[in-house]
Amino acid sequence: MSLWKYANPAKFMSLSGRALPALTVLSGLCLLVGLVWGFFFTPDDYKQGSTVKIIFLHVPSALMAINIWIMMLVTSLVWFIRRHHVSALAAKAAAPIGMTMTLIALFTGAIWGKPMWGTYWAWDPRLTSFMILFVFYLGYMALWAAIEDRDTAADLTSILCMVGSVFALLSRYAVNFWNQGLHQGASLSVDAETHVDNAFYLPLLVSIAGFSLLFVTLVLLRTRTEIRLRRLSALQIRGVTP
Amino acid sequence: MIALFKRDVLLAFRSGGGFGLALSFFLIVVMFVPFGVGADLSLLAVIAPGILWIGALLACLLSLDRIFQHDFEDGTLDVLATSPLPGEAITGAKAAAHWVTTGLPLTLAAAPLGYLLNLPSEAYVWLVASLLTGTPALSFIGSFGAAITVGVKRGGLLLSLLVLPLYIPTLIFGAQTVTRAATGQDPLAAWALMTGLSLFAVAAMPFAAALALRVNLR
Repeated sequence: MSLWKYANPAKFMSLSGRALPALTVLSGLCLLVGLVWGFFFTPDDYKQGSTVKIIFLHVPSALMAINIWIMMLVTSLVWFIRRHHVSALAAKAAAPIGMTMTLIALFTGAIWGKPMWGTYWAWDPRLTSFMILFVFYLGYMALWAAIEDRDTAADLTSILCMVGSVFALLSRYAVNFWNQGLHQGASLSVDAETHVDNAFYLPLLVSIAGFSLLFVTLVLLRTRTEIRLRRLSALQIRGVTP
Repeated sequence: MIALFKRDVLLAFRSGGGFGLALSFFLIVVMFVPFGVGADLSLLAVIAPGILWIGALLACLLSLDRIFQHDFEDGTLDVLATSPLPGEAITGAKAAAHWVTTGLPLTLAAAPLGYLLNLPSEAYVWLVASLLTGTPALSFIGSFGAAITVGVKRGGLLLSLLVLPLYIPTLIFGAQTVTRAATGQDPLAAWALMTGLSLFAVAAMPFAAALALRVNLR
């Protein structure tokens, strides 16, 4: 029994097919509980009022935006080292989701920023880093779209993902050097002294779980679509007519 | 490797259009800024470091597709790939040739253009220093982008989309070096970071570019 078993597309399809319904229900449930709890059953912050509740969208999406890139990096490495097609396709499937999460984080941040900072946008290091991450997602997806040969596309995008990760990290510290920030520190920490109050913390955790499950569901769904597309074109090449 | 480097430099000098174009483009960008923001000298002095760096960066970007495109189309790259020269040496030599024919002239041209933009006099040395050690990073990172997009027809726009995000740290440190010098701060930290980044790019990017090139020549 090893994880690599699921690199076989047929095994992957059967497992993901069985897991998807449960994952869909679970992610929907977590999102519902997390967001409803967060929006309606938490107290207002004494300074920020009810605007604080956007944290339940903002923090999970920001977290996912970064983690999805890391997931793409790992799957790119797996493709590059072990040549498992499912892995390359999973990276391809994850990119648009990551881009959307980046956009959600930027937009919810802007909506919160207007009443709190008095501006939708500031050239703050964290905000700028997210804009940069967004551009990296765009470039990665554009490269997938531009190359016709699939294995070449998978190879080149995974190289781009690896090199891009290094430069994304460099950019993140470069923008710290460039400008001082408005953005507050981390909202989450294992250390209970520094993270947000428990009243917000628990629904936030549920919401984060919901976002993560949603991502897993979507990425499985999209990977399955990609595999089916490949099977379809393989059938077409063999001359099978529907 | 040295022969390849010489060949690329000679080709750029003699084939017309390769060498002078980037410089002309740089001049035009710098000339357009006063048209866009007005000829207020004090305003120009504030934005001059950024404009000079962005102008040099864009001029460099436009000539990137020349690194591999022609050689890919006429088969020279295939011949080079079958030669005993390792791929990393090919990409390294070609990126170095690109720097000599693009980055170096841009560096030399930057000082007079800085005068046009009313760059404060303390910043000239740092402008030239930052471009001198920063443009190699642009050439070597760019050669990676060029290697990735070499198989894409009309890949110019894609190349820009892939390479420009990779240029962000270089641009930040480079422009900060000049800005800090112009505003009387110590520019050494920014310059040292940028030079480190540049050395990293020179050392590492030929490997990434060779990897991408091998995929494209498969």
